[in-house]
Amino acid sequence: MAYSNKVIDHYENPRNVGAFAKDDPTVATGMVGAPACGDVMKLQIKVNEQGIIEDAKFKTYGCGSAIASSSLVTEWVKGKSLDEAAQIKNTDIAQELALPPVKIHCSILAEDAIKAAIADYKQRHGS
Amino acid sequence: MNYYQLFQLPAQFDVDLTELGTRYLALQKQFHPDNFASASERDRLLAVQQAANINDGYHSLKQPLLRAEHLLALRGVKISAEQRSFTDTVFLLQQMELRELLAEIADAPDPDTLIDDAERQIRLQKKQLLATLSAALGHDTHEQDLAAADIIRKLKFFFKLEQELEFIAQQTQD
Repeated sequence: MAYSNKVIDHYENPRNVGAFAKDDPTVATGMVGAPACGDVMKLQIKVNEQGIIEDAKFKTYGCGSAIASSSLVTEWVKGKSLDEAAQIKNTDIAQELALPPVKIHCSILAEDAIKAAIADYKQRHGS
Repeated sequence: MNYYQLFQLPAQFDVDLTELGTRYLALQKQFHPDNFASASERDRLLAVQQAANINDGYHSLKQPLLRAEHLLALRGVKISAEQRSFTDTVFLLQQMELRELLAEIADAPDPDTLIDDAERQIRLQKKQLLATLSAALGHDTHEQDLAAADIIRKLKFFFKLEQELEFIAQQTQD
């Protein structure tokens, strides 16, 4: 199976790899995994007082499509409000990266990761 | 298809693998194409189909995870094709740490010690999860079946870790 150029680009030059300080109150974390392929994805967002995502970081253990999906999502969420970021659909990710049907679950994982991070933020900040 | 029925074994998680092997060979012999050389086209096709079922069933019952999935499917809990993300944060954080541990092995001065350590950790946790899985499936209640499904999902991550470790061990030997 051939990867699209966009997947290869994100895989070879992943954006925003890493982690924020755990005790930073403006940081929220989403952890998700895919049992079928054993992929593990961590996505963190840093939210400012206006409720805008200022920065995002990720760490993914998985295939090229999973890494590319999470890398792309960290780029997309920057500058978005939490509600806007929650609107990101896996189909948008899959379309942008031209993922083949067998790799759609990677984009689902990335959507679930950002949703989990937003839920974590809302839970911590009681909104 | 109920593979337990096919092999005439009790529908439970713990399976006598010797018995399974014996019945597999007997069934294979019974449905061997040679026995149907002069049979009608329809019977020949049925025999081919049955031989395929026997092979699939043998592989499903031999491997603990596939067997557990098959048993759960028979009880109405289907997880083999699910695409739902797993969200147990504590478990996933631990997986992340184990993955990080594996990633460090390649650059370590003494990879063999680290590989042994990782292998031991993974094997121990897998063993514990398999014991819990066996206990949960033994209850045969819907609630415990759902718990078993969750244990299977966790075990899949450990099987993936094992594969990764094997790959790393091979690479460090080159």
